Amino acid sequence: MVKRVVVGAHYGLRDWLLQRITAIVMAVYTVAFLVVVLPSLPMGFEDWRAGFAHPVVKISTLLFLLSAMLHAWVGVRDIFMDYIKPFGLRLFLQVVVILTLFVYALWAIQLLWSV
Amino acid sequence: MAKNRPKNLDLRTIQLPLPGVVSILHRISGALLFLFGIPLLLLVLQQALHSRESFESLRAILTHPLGKLVLLGFAWSFWHHLCAGVRFLLLDIHKGVQIDAARLSSRWVMGVSLFLTLLTGVALW
Repeated sequence: MVKRVVVGAHYGLRDWLLQRITAIVMAVYTVAFLVVVLPSLPMGFEDWRAGFAHPVVKISTLLFLLSAMLHAWVGVRDIFMDYIKPFGLRLFLQVVVILTLFVYALWAIQLLWSV
Repeated sequence: MAKNRPKNLDLRTIQLPLPGVVSILHRISGALLFLFGIPLLLLVLQQALHSRESFESLRAILTHPLGKLVLLGFAWSFWHHLCAGVRFLLLDIHKGVQIDAARLSSRWVMGVSLFLTLLTGVALW
């Protein structure tokens, strides 16, 4: 019988893959961001805001930020699985991290779509 | 099984090999990015996009020496995590798994991430 616990390890292929896909998304965005932004520096508020008003920038930035949240979840969970052994404490910390990342995600959407 | 092979676990005379250093720094930089990087990035983005006043006050904070120092810390965490991450992706597809190649690539990760941090610093000052 496979013993699975909610905060357990060793059955995380999906997380492993998610970690790598989100990493590639963020790496590509980083390079693209530098290529676009660096030549047009220094930027004033108007240029900056106009850039982010473009739907492609908006959506790709959101994709980057959501990738960061998902990536952080897998990474932080790995750290907890290595160092936090008590079940209750690990579960508590994981819930705190999930809620925090969820709030960050909502914040990211709100701030990008306020432009 | 031979039990009397020589072993040395004296922490004062042994040290983590460079690939191990890259690995633990990848974890530490990742933790820093979660704890400080993501909230700071969102805060900066919000201030940069909200209004002309918030943009200017953000600029004042980020051009202050203390603000630059924080930014530099973020830059190193980000670049190290990115470079070490690329190395791990290559290891995943079995590129550079031999010991010589793995040691060399870990030197590259340390070097390139420090260089990119330096470039970021130059751009800031």
